[in-house]
Amino acid sequence: MSEPVVWLTIFILSVFVGIEVISKVSSTLHTPLMSGANAIHGIILLGAILVTGYAESTTALVVGLVAVVLASVNMVGGFVVTDRMLQMFRPRKTTREDVNQ
Amino acid sequence: MIATPVWVQVVYLAAAVCFILALKGLSSPRHARAGNLVGAVGAVVAVVVVFFYAELDHLIPILVAIALGTVVGVVGAQRVQMTQMPQLVALFNGVGGGAAALVALLELSEAAGDPAAAQPGAFALAATAFTILVGSVSFSGSMVTFAKLQELMTSRPVLFPGLPILFGGSLLVALVLGVLTVTSTTIWVGIVLALVGLGLGVLLVLPVGGADVPIVISLLNAFTGLTVAAGGYVLGNTVLLVAGTLVGAAGSFLTKLMAAAMGRSIANILFGALKGGSTLGAGEASDRPVRSAGPEDVAILLGYAHKVIIVPGYGLAVAQAQHTLRELVDVLSARGVTIDYAIHPVAGRMPGHMNVLLAEAQVPYEQLKEMDDINGEFKQTDVVLVVGANDVVNPAAKTTPGAPIYGMPILNADEAQQVVFLKRSMRPGFAGIENELLFDPRTTLLFGDAKDTLGKLLSAVKTL
Repeated sequence: MSEPVVWLTIFILSVFVGIEVISKVSSTLHTPLMSGANAIHGIILLGAILVTGYAESTTALVVGLVAVVLASVNMVGGFVVTDRMLQMFRPRKTTREDVNQ
Repeated sequence: MIATPVWVQVVYLAAAVCFILALKGLSSPRHARAGNLVGAVGAVVAVVVVFFYAELDHLIPILVAIALGTVVGVVGAQRVQMTQMPQLVALFNGVGGGAAALVALLELSEAAGDPAAAQPGAFALAATAFTILVGSVSFSGSMVTFAKLQELMTSRPVLFPGLPILFGGSLLVALVLGVLTVTSTTIWVGIVLALVGLGLGVLLVLPVGGADVPIVISLLNAFTGLTVAAGGYVLGNTVLLVAGTLVGAAGSFLTKLMAAAMGRSIANILFGALKGGSTLGAGEASDRPVRSAGPEDVAILLGYAHKVIIVPGYGLAVAQAQHTLRELVDVLSARGVTIDYAIHPVAGRMPGHMNVLLAEAQVPYEQLKEMDDINGEFKQTDVVLVVGANDVVNPAAKTTPGAPIYGMPILNADEAQQVVFLKRSMRPGFAGIENELLFDPRTTLLFGDAKDTLGKLLSAVKTL
């Protein structure tokens, strides 16, 4: 296979997986799911680190660093806030124990 | 840039699997939290690995930048009130889109600045242009949704003459600039493209009315996902491609599900206001006569009922009255009253938002009934207590074609024997339209701050 076709294959298969894995979500979990998916695209941090690490001019370095900051806010903040939302969904027993501690 | 070693590619594959498991986990209540953790672990591992193979320069500034972003993200995520969650998600989504656009701009400038190096192919350049454009749209669009939800600006649709033409024109300009990016590969084209993208994002979100804003967040979330996927192709990075595509696909589908829960199509949400249909709401308080009562009267009504259904809304959360409401429910249950909470899919500001808010007040999960499960029970219900909700029980959704919420499935509170509204004022709900149910002879209004009023109700019920 030529390389663009390999990429296209990965892309198309990922589309189907993406739809399939969330197709049965109840409306109760729409908000956390949106927030969790939001955190996952924070992985752009990886791309931001790569371009910044190879920056050759000061301008490129500064722009890259801004991208790194923004992407880490997205990724880290996204996962933390999703976890905070989901903490609320614990069964009642656990919550009571926590209160007693 | 050096080639990605095989072992790194394998780690990326593992990270991609983590993301799939994360989305899968997030779709079920039992595994949601674990799913989110798996996703976080995958993301952290994928990021850490970069430092071990890529031979990066500027390590210290990069690490400082990551630390800064982490602190901002964690503090923001922990400080935010549960009621302000939708805004925060919009904000996080926007900065992600902005980061992707900046990454693509840097790639473009590298290709443009060094003609001697191997030039990216037409596909890669098209993907670069896509990332710059859609990333900018996502950034500015999310900022406008943030401003709308935070009430920094009006949450009503903003329209001005010529908006559709301006939008269409900008879209055309963006297309031309995209083609130019592929043919000429200059950084200035990329920068102008980013600016046009910023404008497009604003124009896209301005006409969207308050109640629909959360759906737009979900849509922009999917946009950012696709942006990241395209960025992954540009950088030749599989984990970005897979993660971005997963979020793009899952996000688009989720947007469709959310829109369906409101009985709307996505096209209608985005462009409905342009056609003039959804600006019916006046957004003003009415002075028609209503029946209002004091806490003691309502306490008697509730205390001697057999079956009560509570319809909680955003007003409850704003007043931070969830705990008081739960106490009231406990006291009434002890008196033998059967009580359930009826949760509309879009109660609060986002689908599922109300479940989060009530769970925070430790309301047992089993008492929360979804709309389809409880709608048949309203006919046998003595009293419906609507606390800080409005649009989700507005019969106009069934009876008034042309109303902004027409077609949205609602809770059939109008079928109950008695309806009691706890309201701050006669101001209409988020959708900005009047609710006929307020003027129904079976309806009683109890004015005041939800927390305050519920406190009075609670003590009145205790003395019965």
